[in-house]
Amino acid sequence: MSTPLLQLSGLTKAYPGVVANADVSFDIAKGEVHALLGENGAGKSTLVKTIYGLVQPDAGTMRLDGAPFAPAEPRAARASGVAMVFQHFSLFDAMSVAENVALGMENPPALNRLAAQIREVSQSYGLPLDPDRIVGDLSAGERQRVEIIRCLLQEPRLLIMDEPTSVLTPQEVAILFETLRKLREEGVSILYISHKLEEIRTICDSATILRHGKVVGKCDPKTTAARDMAEQMVGATLSTPSRAGGRTGDVVLELAGLSAPAPRAFGTALHAIDLELRAGEVLGIGGVAGNGQDELAMALSGEMHVAPGMIRFKGREIGREGVTARRRMGLLCAPEERMGHAAAPDMSLTENALLTAGPREDLVRHGFLRWGRARGFAERVIERFDVRTPGPGTAARALSGGNLQKFVIGREILQRPEVLVVNQPTWGVDAAAAATIRQALLDLAEAGAALIVISQDLDELMEISDRFAALNAGRLSAPRPMAGLGIDEIGMMLGGAHDMAPAQVEG
Amino acid sequence: MIRLERRPEPSRAWTLATPFVAVALTMVAGGLLFALLGKDPIEAIRTIFWDPLFGDFASYSRPQLLVKAGPLILIAIGLSLGFRAGIWNIGAEGQYILGAIFAAATGLAFYPAESWLIFPAMTLAGALGGLLWAMIPALLRVRFGTNEVLVSLMLVYVAEALLASMALGLLRNPDGMGFPGSRNLAQYPSAANPELIVGTGMHWGVVLALVAVIVGQVVMTRHQLGFRVRLAGQSPRAAVFGGVNPSWLVVVCMGLSGALAGLAGMFEVAGPAGRLGIDFNVGYGFTAIIVAFLGRLNPIGILLAGLLMALTYIGGELAQLQMNLPLAAIQMFQGMLLFFLLAIDVLTNFSFRFGRRAVA
Amino acid sequence: MSNIDPILLLSAIIVVSTPILLAAIGELVVERAGVLNLGVEGMMITGAVCGFVVATATGSPWLGFAGAALGGALLSMVFGILTQLFLSNQVATGLALTLFGLGLSALLGQGYIGVKGPVVPDLYLPGLRDIPFLGPVMFRHDAMVYIALLIVALVWLFLNRTRAGRVLRAVGENHDAAHALGYKVVRLRLAAIAFGGACAGLGGAYLSLVRVPQWTEGMTAGAGWIALAIVVFASWRPGRLVLGAWLFGGATALQLALQASGGVQIPIEYLQMAPYLATILVLVILRAGRAPGSLGRPFHASS
Repeated sequence: MSTPLLQLSGLTKAYPGVVANADVSFDIAKGEVHALLGENGAGKSTLVKTIYGLVQPDAGTMRLDGAPFAPAEPRAARASGVAMVFQHFSLFDAMSVAENVALGMENPPALNRLAAQIREVSQSYGLPLDPDRIVGDLSAGERQRVEIIRCLLQEPRLLIMDEPTSVLTPQEVAILFETLRKLREEGVSILYISHKLEEIRTICDSATILRHGKVVGKCDPKTTAARDMAEQMVGATLSTPSRAGGRTGDVVLELAGLSAPAPRAFGTALHAIDLELRAGEVLGIGGVAGNGQDELAMALSGEMHVAPGMIRFKGREIGREGVTARRRMGLLCAPEERMGHAAAPDMSLTENALLTAGPREDLVRHGFLRWGRARGFAERVIERFDVRTPGPGTAARALSGGNLQKFVIGREILQRPEVLVVNQPTWGVDAAAAATIRQALLDLAEAGAALIVISQDLDELMEISDRFAALNAGRLSAPRPMAGLGIDEIGMMLGGAHDMAPAQVEG
Repeated sequence: MIRLERRPEPSRAWTLATPFVAVALTMVAGGLLFALLGKDPIEAIRTIFWDPLFGDFASYSRPQLLVKAGPLILIAIGLSLGFRAGIWNIGAEGQYILGAIFAAATGLAFYPAESWLIFPAMTLAGALGGLLWAMIPALLRVRFGTNEVLVSLMLVYVAEALLASMALGLLRNPDGMGFPGSRNLAQYPSAANPELIVGTGMHWGVVLALVAVIVGQVVMTRHQLGFRVRLAGQSPRAAVFGGVNPSWLVVVCMGLSGALAGLAGMFEVAGPAGRLGIDFNVGYGFTAIIVAFLGRLNPIGILLAGLLMALTYIGGELAQLQMNLPLAAIQMFQGMLLFFLLAIDVLTNFSFRFGRRAVA
Repeated sequence: MSNIDPILLLSAIIVVSTPILLAAIGELVVERAGVLNLGVEGMMITGAVCGFVVATATGSPWLGFAGAALGGALLSMVFGILTQLFLSNQVATGLALTLFGLGLSALLGQGYIGVKGPVVPDLYLPGLRDIPFLGPVMFRHDAMVYIALLIVALVWLFLNRTRAGRVLRAVGENHDAAHALGYKVVRLRLAAIAFGGACAGLGGAYLSLVRVPQWTEGMTAGAGWIALAIVVFASWRPGRLVLGAWLFGGATALQLALQASGGVQIPIEYLQMAPYLATILVLVILRAGRAPGSLGRPFHASS
């Protein structure tokens, strides 16, 4: 066997209070797709940043193609043939595709020549992209293509992809996999980071599993059962959430022709959304990020106002009602972004309880705050949802993602909503916390509340929804019963791949 | 290498310690500055910080402490509310001037009638003048998205021109033999804002400043408005989600700070200054910005910071008289204090780590 | 109105707008790098005094301008170190810089009040200066007028046509992404801040050496703030900056001409309000474009 492309031995990196990587060793062979598997917080990101030169390890060494490899900065890593596609894209909204690509290159050619190269590469790898478009106007899938093409133009030997499919429709995933296979044939190695096991079984040749910063297993994903990999990743057997059965009641929430302009630059406008939601049901809304999820959630929460009749709550027109008025009625919401939207990072959990629970939990009287009651409510949320924290006086930003998410979802559930809208309820949350949250949502529906769950995670929606609708470019498809809906049909509902036709080539 | 690491939670100890450390560092740096100017640093520091309270002329300078601290505290309390919410009213100086103009015009309109109603009417007029002047940047921001920093500041220059035109025109003392400036309100009993306890410098403006400190403290810690203000400043999106209307907040914060600045101007023109002259405003509106930050945007802190800053004013004048130290040096000294405060502030949210750095 | 000479007025607009333009082009670069420095006024007045002191000491206005640029840049580094290394609030630090600069300049300029500085000669442009109308309006000024316009053109070229300019825009647009790609966010921003300081210093020196020309305390009288307003008005684009500066210059030059002509029955105090009111009006009427994405946000590399 030839020398592996990349050899990691004994990589260790500690941050105050956490060991992100402990003695991590594994090899990536030439021309293989190597999976790096692990939960959120398992240390995948730190490891990848080490390889890309963004983080310097405390101990351990790397060898690239047999030679010692210790990039001091991304520039050095790129010069050695290591390229990376980030999970949160490292793109610049106000700049064109070509400019974005140029920024990621060591010695970019003139912009017009680069544009021609971009067209060429995008054609040959089946990733259509117009170099003159402004990145802020692109869909998530197209933005990812910008990143990939930026990497490909440097003819990398190792391509690192951090959760590449989390923003793609099933069809777009298929296109991406075609590209990856093509690259593998050309001898490029790919380090593929994911926690989606089926994908890894489809595309990867070998896998390394991380847990709490340590390597806990290596396997051939083609021959290993998904369940075995999951158990190594999580370290325990997980139960899937369950619910008794769907009895639905009266219509509680009605959307009639809900339309709204994009609230900010590079946002999405909502177009004529119709919907009826009944008590006791869970409606799953799927879609790729940036198709109007945030805007729909804001229109429902009252952060964005629309014409009165566009939203009815139990027959009452509430399109113009504010956030507090809607809360008082029983329409509650938990936004996607935990830090800075659902919770104020520098404020204590007690203060964050006050953030939304004032009207329904009677935490404010004559404009004066009732700190004792607020603390009591925060303590109830902490206890009931098993939020791991020293106490309600802790600042929100000191909590891990999973714990804070349990707190913000729990905060709404404990207020006994009649309608609860949650946006990406388990995004970036570890498996145990995700299971807790899903179970709590199902229990809430069981108790008679109506739920809208907006999520990019189709597995999640298939698990907990009664009906499914897709959001695409601000339009909502007609909801269909979840039972019996296949992944291909869901893919079609999500609008398929964006711009399947080759990019327009203009003179 | 030294690098910064974010603390999981803001450090309470450093929040409290920062102003004191900043004052100490400023004294050291200020001492160096005075030494560079060829003055004895120890004597300069003593003249500025000690003599106004306990020196030979303390009986004259001590009352000045409250006279100068009063408007600073009153304005700073108002500003702190907006600053906490991320609403930057930089034009308090202009609102202070307008408060004085409105109040003086109201008082002079009744001259020489005597009635106990005149003083309250002037108080209302002063608050209204500041409020209206502050509403210009507030409403422009709400309606057109105009930057309130720039507009409120531009209006300071407009207010100064307006003050000059009033002192030279409409409000000029008809018995003043052509000199600029209004009649002396301090000598018009129904309009005067007198020293309440002789030898203390205490006047109605100082009383109101103390009331503002107490009310401010209650609002910040116990009232929904204070909570909303803090929320809007820390996470604007979370604030909207929590039911805060950002436009409403801009109007309330700007309006309150404008009204308080206007009141400060009113008490000044009817008391210590007495008359509305071309050089009526001496920069309280700008110094109050330093006071607000030095007091950590906290009412009690502002009370202490206002007294300290008033001390440097009086001490600075004393140092100018006794040591021939330029007044500008004191201005620099005050600016330096704010710099040190801002620099040390980093320790509230970050801690220094020594060791290999990741990547800068 | 009849006794206002249009040629003199237009020529005055060019002169009046130059210090604002210099300060504004510096701040434009700073803001394109994602930093909001509200200390322009403080850097400008420091430049005014530094320029005047150096010029009177050496007798050379050009050394004066160099000294002003250096002084402005040095002062801006106080802001740079505080905001970029100590992560202080940019609004508060900028205000502090202005207050500090006003004090510092008063201190430095103590012995220079009423002193006469060296004369800055007109740049003699044979041929061009004799073009009817255009000659006296455009081509009978000192060299700094043209240097200011040249700086604007170079900044435009830099931002739109060079790799470094592209990186600077990228840092201002999304500093986290720029960091992830390996660009030195802090270093680049410090450089931009220094450039902004130098330009503000030049603008200040233009006031004390050409426009007034002498040193008086607080002589910038809000010019730095107007420069900030013009950057917003220009939507962060160099071309529109010139237009904004001329518009403001127009308001100022016109009110000065009206004062001088004495033919109008408006008290001087009201005429003096004109430039500030014009600035507010322009801010209100003209909607600004999209600001750089990371403008004013603190950057901390938490890798």
